[in-house]
Order: sequence, then structure tokens, then C-alpha cells
Amino acid sequence: MSFHVSLSKGASAAEGEGGGFIAPGPGSFDLPPVFEVAGFDVTKPMLLVVLSAVLILAFTYAASRKQAMVPGRLQFVGEGVYGFVRNTLARDNIGSEHFMKFVPYLFTLFMFILVNNYYGIFPFLQFPSFSRIGFVIPLAIISWLIYVGTGIWKHGPLGYLKHATVPSGVGGPILILLIPLEFFSNILVRPVTLTLRLFGNMFAGHLLLILFATGGAALLQSGNALYSGVGILSFALGIGVSFLEMLVMFLQAYVFTLLSSMYIGEALADEH
Amino acid sequence: MNTAIQAATEEAHNPLVPVVSEIVLALIVFAILFFAIRKFVVPNFEKTFAERTQAIEGGLSAAETKQAEADAKLAELEKQLGDARHEAARIREEAKEQGAQIIAEMREQAQAESSRIVEHGKTQIEAERQQAVTSLRAEVGSLATTLAGRIVGESLDDDARQGRVVERFLADLETATPGQN
Repeated sequence: MSFHVSLSKGASAAEGEGGGFIAPGPGSFDLPPVFEVAGFDVTKPMLLVVLSAVLILAFTYAASRKQAMVPGRLQFVGEGVYGFVRNTLARDNIGSEHFMKFVPYLFTLFMFILVNNYYGIFPFLQFPSFSRIGFVIPLAIISWLIYVGTGIWKHGPLGYLKHATVPSGVGGPILILLIPLEFFSNILVRPVTLTLRLFGNMFAGHLLLILFATGGAALLQSGNALYSGVGILSFALGIGVSFLEMLVMFLQAYVFTLLSSMYIGEALADEH
Repeated sequence: MNTAIQAATEEAHNPLVPVVSEIVLALIVFAILFFAIRKFVVPNFEKTFAERTQAIEGGLSAAETKQAEADAKLAELEKQLGDARHEAARIREEAKEQGAQIIAEMREQAQAESSRIVEHGKTQIEAERQQAVTSLRAEVGSLATTLAGRIVGESLDDDARQGRVVERFLADLETATPGQN
């Protein structure tokens, strides 16, 4: 794990005399089980994922329940998020004919990613669930199934294969080169990039935050006045990075949902 | 905390390798959440959106109806006003015509009256003149005969003679100085 090693090297330079500091690495994401159910380890991110479903359902239900013509604050926020996903992400990409079928999925997806991402900066919880790749893979697979399924429903199995792999307006021998490439990029790579984009951002962001926090703490405790100053700087930077992370957390939820709806829209399109 | 991290670091597994239980959990949780949202949340939002759109459109169409009504009423009032103006103009025109007619009639009447009065005056004057001439003629005759009688010293009482004399005298008088009587 070269990533881990380089981080350790960077940290060891700042290590105090007593030297107990272990820089955070990929291992920081393997949390010990909170408890065990029937032989399965239940970890903090698992609890967080379950909690997120409860929170999302409670919030969206409370916001949508009243159905007031003039919305209150909660309903206004709920409608804002729902309207954003419905109109900007779903309708604009899928088209007004079929988009309503996909709104429940896209809205759930967006809220699920958003809440689980923001765990990363929420005090005490402080762990973005999607820095565990196991939680991301199912979402990417579902998105893949939906857009491939939609394409097959619209064009038929062979029709969709042609639709997805043969670029319009291209003919002749160049297709021998293009068809495998298109198949590769449109059918195989998309779920992988969806997964890695979300996972990588959350993983790296969280690593950065714990590095600034634990590193800052170690420097402060080192007893050296100069190191303590750097430690305070590290905390300050950590706060700055937190704000950056807030943006990234929203953006990743947005991008994942946006790409999912774009893929669906593309599968539904009549021409490329 | 440090020890926990340390322990975890030692057996750090590749973060790119998923844990199966997490995949299963995410699938289950996401599926439950998806169905719950599809059943309980999305219809509510959609209903609110639809109702709001309808309310706004209803308000707009109501406003449009009101506007159209107001426009119709305004047009009607303007038409009435125009009619009234037209009527007023017509009445004024009529009155003018009538006035002119009345004036013309009056003038005619007055003229007729005046000419009648003048005519009447003329005839009266003529009659009076005639009367005066007649009486004057008798007077002058008797006067002249009396005078002549006195001058001549002879009674001219003989009527026939007297009449002849007077006639001659008057004829002479008229031929001699026609404009002086």
C-alpha cells in the first residue's frame, strides 16, 4: 500500500521525540465491530447506513405529509430538494415523457448518498459511509441495471446493444475499432467509474480530515512549542478542508444522481 | 483510539475490496428506503405540486375571466356612452333645425303680419283720405258757393247750377296746380 507508506513517511518527519503517532491510512476505515449479530460483525458504518434510511424517510415523509399550498419551512426544504432532483436531474436529462418512472429511484439515490456523505462532517458520527466501497457497489449496480434495462425495454436487447455501441454517423472499417471501445466505455466502465468516483472522493476526503485532526493533535501534544504551532495550523487547515469536503459531499451525491439519470436518458434516446 | 487504529492498521485490508455483508446491507436498506419513498413520499410531493399548479392556473384563469368580463363591461359602457353622445348630437341637430324652422316661420309670420298691418294702414289711410277728399270737396263746394254767392250777390242756391260751378272750379283748380292740394 504505497499510499499508506507515503503518508506514514510524511507523518514520521513531524513525529515528536516520544514517537507514538501512527498516521491514518486505509486501516483507519476498518472500524472494529460495535457488536455482533448471529456471527456477523456490525460496524459503525453499517449502523450509520441504517440510520440514514430512518432519517431520510422521517425527513421526507414529514416534509411531504402536510401538502400545504403555502409550504412551511420543512415542507419548503423538502420540496426544494425533491423538485431539484425531479426537474433538474430527472426531467432535464430523461425527458418529460418517461422521467416520472425514475424520479423515486433518483430521489432516493440522491438523498441516500447525500446523508451518508454528510456523516463525514457531522459531529460524533464523523464517518462517511461511502468511504466503504461495499456500500457504493450496490448503488452503481442498481443504476447500471436500470439504465441497461431501460435501454432493452426501449430498443430490445439487440437494438439496445447497437444503440449503445454503434455511434451514429460512423460507417465502414472504423466500426471494428469503435464498437468494442463503445461497449467497453458505455456498458462495462460506467458502473466502475460511478463506484470509484464516489468511493474515492469520500475515502480521500475522510483520510485528509483525520490526518489533519490526529496529526494536529499529535503535534500539539509533542511538547515542542514549534510543533504545537504547526499543530494549530493543522487544525485550522482541517477546518478549511471540512468546508471543502461539504462541497465535495454534495457534489458527489449530485454527480452520481446526475450521471445515473443521464445514462437513463441516453438509453431512452432515439438517436445518439 | 490510537490502539484501535494501530490494531486496525496491522490487519488493514485493501479498501477496494468490498465486504460482502456491507453490500447486502446496503442493498436491503436501499431497497426498503426506495419502496418507502416511492409509496409514501413521492405521491405526496407530486400531489402537492399538481395541486399547486392547478391552484395557480385556476387563479390565473379566474383572473383572466374577470379581466374579460371587465373588458366586456368597459366596451359596453363605451358603446353606451357613444350612443348617448350620438343621441345627444342628433337631438341637438334636431333642435337646431327646429329652432331654425321656428325662426323662419316666425319671421314669415311677422312679415305677413307686418305686411298685413301695413296693408291695413294703407287702406285705412286711403279710406280716410277718400273720406277727407269727399268731405273736403263738399265743404269746399259749399264754402266756395257761399263765397261766390256773397261776391256775386246772387244766390247760387240752385243746386244744379251750383253743382256745375263747383265742378268747373275744381277742375280748373286741378289742372292749374295739380300738386298743390
